[in-house]
Amino acid sequence: MSTDLAISITNLNFHYPKQETSCLENIFLKILTGDRFGLFGPNGAGKTTLISIMTGLLKPQSGSVSLFGLDVTSDRKSKKLFGYVPQHFSFYEELTPVENLEFFGAWSGLNRNEIKKRTDELLTLLGLIEVKNKALKYLSGGMKRRLNIAIGVIHQPKILFLDEPTVGVDVHARSAIIEYLKQLNATGTTLIYTSHLLQEAEELCNHIALIDKGKILLHGDLNNLLTQHNHQGLEQLFLNITGKEYRD
Amino acid sequence: MHILLASMLKEFWLLIRDRMGLAIMFFMPVVLAVIITSVQNSAFNLVNNNKISMLVCNKDTGSVSKELITAITELQMFNIIKTNKNIGEEDISKTMKEHNAMVALVIPENFSSQLNQKARTLASKALTNFGIQSDSTLNEINVLPPDLIFHPVLQQSFCKSISGVLLSVMMVIENKLMIASLYQLVNEKPAPEGFEKEMMKGKINFNEHYALINGSRNIPNATQHNIPAWTIFAMFFTVISLGSNIVKEKLSGSFTRLRTFSPNYLIALAAKQLVYIGVVLLQVVIIFSIGVLIFPLINLPELNIPDNIFSLFLVTIICGWCAISYALCIGIFAQTQEQSNGFGAVSVVLLAAIGGIFVPSFAMPGFFSVIMKISPLYWCLESYYSLFLQSAKLSDISSDILILFLITMILQVIAFIGLKRKNLI
Repeated sequence: MSTDLAISITNLNFHYPKQETSCLENIFLKILTGDRFGLFGPNGAGKTTLISIMTGLLKPQSGSVSLFGLDVTSDRKSKKLFGYVPQHFSFYEELTPVENLEFFGAWSGLNRNEIKKRTDELLTLLGLIEVKNKALKYLSGGMKRRLNIAIGVIHQPKILFLDEPTVGVDVHARSAIIEYLKQLNATGTTLIYTSHLLQEAEELCNHIALIDKGKILLHGDLNNLLTQHNHQGLEQLFLNITGKEYRD
Repeated sequence: MHILLASMLKEFWLLIRDRMGLAIMFFMPVVLAVIITSVQNSAFNLVNNNKISMLVCNKDTGSVSKELITAITELQMFNIIKTNKNIGEEDISKTMKEHNAMVALVIPENFSSQLNQKARTLASKALTNFGIQSDSTLNEINVLPPDLIFHPVLQQSFCKSISGVLLSVMMVIENKLMIASLYQLVNEKPAPEGFEKEMMKGKINFNEHYALINGSRNIPNATQHNIPAWTIFAMFFTVISLGSNIVKEKLSGSFTRLRTFSPNYLIALAAKQLVYIGVVLLQVVIIFSIGVLIFPLINLPELNIPDNIFSLFLVTIICGWCAISYALCIGIFAQTQEQSNGFGAVSVVLLAAIGGIFVPSFAMPGFFSVIMKISPLYWCLESYYSLFLQSAKLSDISSDILILFLITMILQVIAFIGLKRKNLI
């Protein structure tokens, strides 16, 4: 594994307007190139806010986030370095997979030939080639999830942010998605992943951070953390660190 | 450029798959234009071409009342239905209903003799005042006037115009009687045949024209009003398609996703507006073509396209951009598609009503003259009216275009502020 920094977060603080309490407080985090990094926490812990700041969707009140040395808040070039797979189906359901990829491919900065090549590759790899000209509103949830990922990786980003990428899909589709993400990581893409499915997370991630009430409670190599805390699995570690009370 | 074209292509696909939106933008205004023009054209024909049924009850036996009825018949404005002279006052309404008459004229008994007497008295008085005749033994007489009864459905202005026409006929007859009486008193013999007519010849009449700026030959009619009016209405109804398109993007998260890409989101907004400018131009081509080609085939007046095509194109572009900017604002501020569709549709209907799309602005109450100016549809209609009814040049409509441009800029700024406040750009 490389020792180059993919993401560096320094003394990050953030609160939403009209909200008195901080959503994120004094966050320091370093993620190495090629990591499969999992960010976990209960509902409202600040995971999505942290990802939104890392992808430039939110601006922090203080602190900095840089991707491969480029500040995400001030340098638009940083946006070319990553892909983003949101939890929701953030594409156009009236369009076909090909039309969606053509549109998002253009926005990713690819030319027509590159878009065509990548579209064919991704649709084949993710099992969508048969339905490539069918409007997405007629496709299954699993197919839509795969297209959501395809849009995020069409420009072969160095970092891929995944916000619960397998929520609501069956076992087969989930397995295929995780397999694909591993393949992608093997080619050098750094994965930043959040999910409530901790067994799946254990299968995918090699580094994790547990976040709660806007603070990082622990982070490091997954196996080391499990050994240090004498836990069999991530779920037990998670409950032990964050407590068992309801959070929603 | 590639991103702009890809975004425009995406908007095009979304647009042509929104069948309901297409129907609202293209089918609805065409149907409205045809129906409203037909209705207004029928009303126009009713007033101008069809004869009004008039029930005439002549209780008089003299020549003046006969002359009056003949003169009214010669107007070609009324379809005269003569009724029994012994009919009672209370039966007039029933008889009107039986004959579908809109107006009834009841000439009282001895009307002719009373009018003749009045003419002689006035003539004698006049000669006495001129010092020609000293004998003025004739007493003034009060003539019992005819009754004019209107159907209750008739509007006051229409009743006034009918009574005005009848009064002018009556005045001509009175003048003739006066001339005949004067002749009789001066010459002590009846006036020769055709004398009164000779005297009444060469009356001053009005030359009627329409106010034209540049000598247009376009005649104002229901088509010249309705085609531009409903085209503007159609342009603003793009709010249903474009507004819900923006709300869908916001709700699905694709709006947010685009912000994670390096190009500026304003490119996506520009693409939307360019595609919808194309929609507006297509609406204009379709609705105007129907006015030119289809209307004559269904017995409606043909639409006369203004000679100044460049001005027409410019007005269409600015009106369309204004409509699209309005839709943009609605889409950005609405939280749900229901809000966007509901508020969008109702607000456009209201703006159309106060902007003179349904009822011409001159027919509105006085205080509306200020309110109507806040409606962008008013300024659009004013620009089109100048082109379609007055053959205006670009310089004649420049102030209207400038106001439309300012409204458009204000809407664009509001949309931009909305995007900023919602953290969408």
